Amino acid sequence: MSAASSTAGAVVPAWPRAAGRPDYASYAVVPARHPWRWAGTAVVALVTAAIIWSLATNPRWEWGVVAQWFTAQSVLTGLAETLKLTVVAGTLGFLLGFVLALMRLSSSPLLVGVAWTFSWIFRSTPLLVQLLLWYNLGYLYEKISLGIPFTDVRFFEAPTTTLISQFAAAVLGLTLNQAAYSAEIIRGGILSVDHGQLEAAAALGIPAWRRSTRIVLPQAMRAILPTAFNEIIGLVKGTSIVYVLAYSELFYTVQVIYNRTQQVLPLLLVATVWYVVITSVLSVAQYYIERHFSKGAVRTLPPTPLQRARAFFSVHAKGIR
Amino acid sequence: MTRGLVEIVDVRKSFGTHEVLKGVSLTVQPGEVVVVLGPSGSGKSTLLRTINHLERVDGGYVAVDGEVVGYRPSRGKLHELREHEVLKQRSEIGFVFQAFNLFPHLTALENIAEALVYAQRRPKIEARKRALELLGRVGLVERSQAYPRQLSGGQQQRVAIARALALDPKVVLFDEPTSALDPELVSEVLDVIRDLASSGTTLIVVTHELGFARDVADRVVFMDDGVIVEEGTPAQIFGAPREDRTRAFLSRFIEPTFQI
Ligand SMILES: Nc1ncnc2c1ncn2[C@@H]1O[C@H](COP(=O)(O)OP(=O)(O)OP(=O)(O)O)[C@@H](O)[C@H]1O
Ligand SMILES: [Mg+2]
Repeated sequence: MSAASSTAGAVVPAWPRAAGRPDYASYAVVPARHPWRWAGTAVVALVTAAIIWSLATNPRWEWGVVAQWFTAQSVLTGLAETLKLTVVAGTLGFLLGFVLALMRLSSSPLLVGVAWTFSWIFRSTPLLVQLLLWYNLGYLYEKISLGIPFTDVRFFEAPTTTLISQFAAAVLGLTLNQAAYSAEIIRGGILSVDHGQLEAAAALGIPAWRRSTRIVLPQAMRAILPTAFNEIIGLVKGTSIVYVLAYSELFYTVQVIYNRTQQVLPLLLVATVWYVVITSVLSVAQYYIERHFSKGAVRTLPPTPLQRARAFFSVHAKGIR
Repeated sequence: MTRGLVEIVDVRKSFGTHEVLKGVSLTVQPGEVVVVLGPSGSGKSTLLRTINHLERVDGGYVAVDGEVVGYRPSRGKLHELREHEVLKQRSEIGFVFQAFNLFPHLTALENIAEALVYAQRRPKIEARKRALELLGRVGLVERSQAYPRQLSGGQQQRVAIARALALDPKVVLFDEPTSALDPELVSEVLDVIRDLASSGTTLIVVTHELGFARDVADRVVFMDDGVIVEEGTPAQIFGAPREDRTRAFLSRFIEPTFQI
């Protein structure tokens, strides 16, 4: 066949074409077009423009007042408190949640029981009640002491009210509650990892703690992260619940201000815009962290939006030139 | 070099009421290559897994170089060892899985270095060097930075073998190392095992590759229904099996595969 084509000097297809079919091989390749995508984009752009227009032109939003308070010292202090609570309760909550998840999955009935009971208690009581209970612990127990139960031996003793500050009550309540929920999220992630992975690591003589942190957790992260970010974003706004302790985080601060100035709506907007900013930053972080943990899970990582935009513009810039 | 003596003595194991190993005894000499054959469900995997204590035994014991694996004999009883003691013993016994079980989030190199760093606490640089050396041995140096999913099945299993060799084990156990591979990838893995066989490491290989068994095994063991039915040299087992069950099993494979 190939000998025939080379001697003839003409291009003879290796496989005979169906009779009457044109020579497709010489056609140029055109990518699929998405006309509806363009139509949809136009509609979305129009709606977005209308919303922005109304937000910008309706004087009742009082953007001037929003701008005036947005970076006010008291608001920024409140913002810092919100971030502090989120970081502390989020970190401690997830760490404790990880330990609880491991306990729940261990072979010890005692550890399983303790972890289960913890989740049961903290998931079945309202966070509001937990916070108030922690803050009012001094009413229930006047002193906190460390010693041997049912004896007079005491190593340490202090009045409860000096130990449980507003901050401590807020952190305790948020952390324990967060731990109960994140334990389940982390446990779900761990269960999604193939058992063969643990076996392979055990067969290599890798110690249990390393098996959890080096082999299982990084793989479980893919299942954990989307829900975990949900939780953290929820926590950012959820911290506003500590206003019941008169704790001056962002939301409480804003309330104090508008009670004084009566500019309710614009001040709620101040808080809202700050929450939007935090959530946006977290969402971008989520994208890159998820990308980091998908290493090895996909054959090749898709480009980031930034890389895609750069590629798009470099191609089109060439077209223009 | 006399390391890698494996003694399996009257090992019994049940899952619930199902007795999977009904008293299996087998001694594998240092440097010997033993191939275990047998129909599905006969207990081959379970036997291999008791050797490195991935599976507890109900009776009997396994000893490597005279040391009982997973238990401490004392005053008429076998007491199960603590986790870290078992882990130390396991690092002397390599295991290659049918499904490779490579760590997908680590590169080929990291997969191999992992146990060196986290089980043996060797410095990272040294572990890297050893990992590269082992990748060279299985012919994959240029793929050291690839993640398992970027490798073919045969390449993945070769990395898994290199990983099992990282701790310089006395004995390496293979549980159907080529069963998950496309036919054209089988030989590249078998070549690596063949190479290893000539290096003097004790190997116990569960496989259905009769050609490989005939070429490489010093001894072939045929298992059925939780017992060793028959053992002998490849010539004996393939040429003149004594037991009906062995003959029936072998006759299921097409002739040319095991004709001598
Ligand atoms: N963890 C387990 N729980 C219950 N039964 C099990 C367990 N592991 C194995 N078995 C049973 O033990 C028997 C022997 O299993 P094993 O995996 O050792 O067989 P095998 O010879 O390796 O078979 P194959 O060639 O299919 O891999 C099978 O009947 C299997 O169902
Ligand atoms: Mg098996």
